[in-house]
Amino acid sequence: MQFGIFTVGDVTADPTTGRTPSEHERIKNTVAIALKAEEVGLDVFATGEHHNPPFVPSSPTTLLGHIAARTERLILSTSTTLITTNDPVKIAEDYATLQHLADGRVDLMMGRGNTGPVYPWFGQDIRQGIPLAVENYALLHRLWREDVVDWEGKFRSALQGFTSTPRPLDGVPPFVWHGSIRSPEIAEQAAYYGDGFFANHIFWPKQHTEKMVGLYRRRYAHYGHGTPEQAIVGLGGQVFMRKNSQDAVREFRPYFDNAPVYGHGPSLEEFSEETPLTVGSPQEVIERTLSFREYVGDYQRQLFLMDHAGLPLKTVLEQLDMLGEEVVPVLRKEFANMRPAGVPETAPLHPAVERTAAERTRTQEA
Amino acid sequence: MQTLKLVAVSAGLSAPSSTRLLADRLAEAAESRLTEQEYAVEVQVVELRDLAVDIAKNFVTGFPSGELETAIDAVTGADGVIAVTPVFTASYSGLFKSFFDLIAPDALTGKPVLVAATGGTARHSLVLDHALRPLFAYLRALVVPTAVYAASEDWGSGGDETLPIGFGGDGLPSRIQRAGRELAEFVAARPAARDAEDDEVVPFEQQLADLRLD
Repeated sequence: MQFGIFTVGDVTADPTTGRTPSEHERIKNTVAIALKAEEVGLDVFATGEHHNPPFVPSSPTTLLGHIAARTERLILSTSTTLITTNDPVKIAEDYATLQHLADGRVDLMMGRGNTGPVYPWFGQDIRQGIPLAVENYALLHRLWREDVVDWEGKFRSALQGFTSTPRPLDGVPPFVWHGSIRSPEIAEQAAYYGDGFFANHIFWPKQHTEKMVGLYRRRYAHYGHGTPEQAIVGLGGQVFMRKNSQDAVREFRPYFDNAPVYGHGPSLEEFSEETPLTVGSPQEVIERTLSFREYVGDYQRQLFLMDHAGLPLKTVLEQLDMLGEEVVPVLRKEFANMRPAGVPETAPLHPAVERTAAERTRTQEA
Repeated sequence: MQTLKLVAVSAGLSAPSSTRLLADRLAEAAESRLTEQEYAVEVQVVELRDLAVDIAKNFVTGFPSGELETAIDAVTGADGVIAVTPVFTASYSGLFKSFFDLIAPDALTGKPVLVAATGGTARHSLVLDHALRPLFAYLRALVVPTAVYAASEDWGSGGDETLPIGFGGDGLPSRIQRAGRELAEFVAARPAARDAEDDEVVPFEQQLADLRLD
């Protein structure tokens, strides 16, 4: 199983000090967080994509390219890449380039984006969100698999004799996830292509995640990619830890109460009960995370949201230490023990990544 | 025979509440008409006061918590809905509107709805036609022709609908009976509401075909 972190990239005032980091600081901090993720043994770093304040990650491949140059094992991913408002040709080019620079350590997650004005700013219509996701991905899928593409669709200018360069590394396109909270069409799309399905999971009660993942698994089997249990599933999670549970609650509460997404609404306790949010000791995080498989089955990727709502860098890095040292090693072992034979351990890795990993093992043994 | 479900939504805030009283009377009127026709009827009342905090939280978090979700499911799964609000500042109450704001825009399409309101004076009665009807028209619900407004003074009025207008035939009891009968007729004329299937998804080939992509 792969463990990692995903970031929204929000620039939010620390409610305990009133201090807001500059965009420059937030971008540099994001890099520090990604480097820490590799240092503590996590597998994946994923960045969101936004085109409005207070968010900084408008240029994910620039950020990920920089991180790729400074890491060796970390898989670089997105959460999510806007398949609706980006030109699929540019996505094909950007992420193929990133894949070469990162020696295959790249996958990405398609999403629609939920900020109304972003659509018109990029010349699109939000009411066409699903058709845009369907058509643009159909083109992206071909651009990475066919050397020369003739194309005509509803939303983008036609292509005749077009070759997207660079071609994917060793001819193997990056693995793709499709992310959604509650659109069955997207679960269906992921199933059709045999791609991964990522359930955001953290903002809604588990029943929604259970329903969407269940649909994706059934349709994955329907389209002949394997059994429902073999479908590639990823989940979001959100945690804050301290050695003592009460300390975690006390420290995180002001961040929760003022968080951009759910602040000034339910109490931390209510939200923890209704969603996967876990604020407590590392042991509580382990137990809660292990319970996810009871309603989604054995899954391949767990990403945690660790750096939002104005948490200072120092705190985030401490959280990552705990995650890497005390939580993830236990989760790896426990999930591996429970996973039946025949269920993939991780999302498909690029052959170049598997080669590098094998070489690393050989070097270590020598 | 399948049991028909009537759900009355009351946005009354006091206890006892005249809005709740009107909701109950309307539900009884519709229920007795349906029972006369030998339908099995189940009546459920949703008191929005009890859900006020959950409704506010839903706006912040984007999802309904347990009891609110049950209430929304009851309304969207009903065979007929009775929606009753007090008049606040020239319209339905904010709580009433907030609840219906949380219902998916297509979830009440074609559903028989009886609208009603209460207020201190009869001067506000056009709220029914200028605020409640447009709201449910937007939701493409089937609003019955008679909407019932009860001012404080109406609770002291008599008469029944067998009497001519001007001789008690337009008093509150007769309006309740007429509206209840209309709702019963709409409900009986429509196929019973069914629970949504879990696996309702447009097959991907169809999604591609709609875009004329191969």
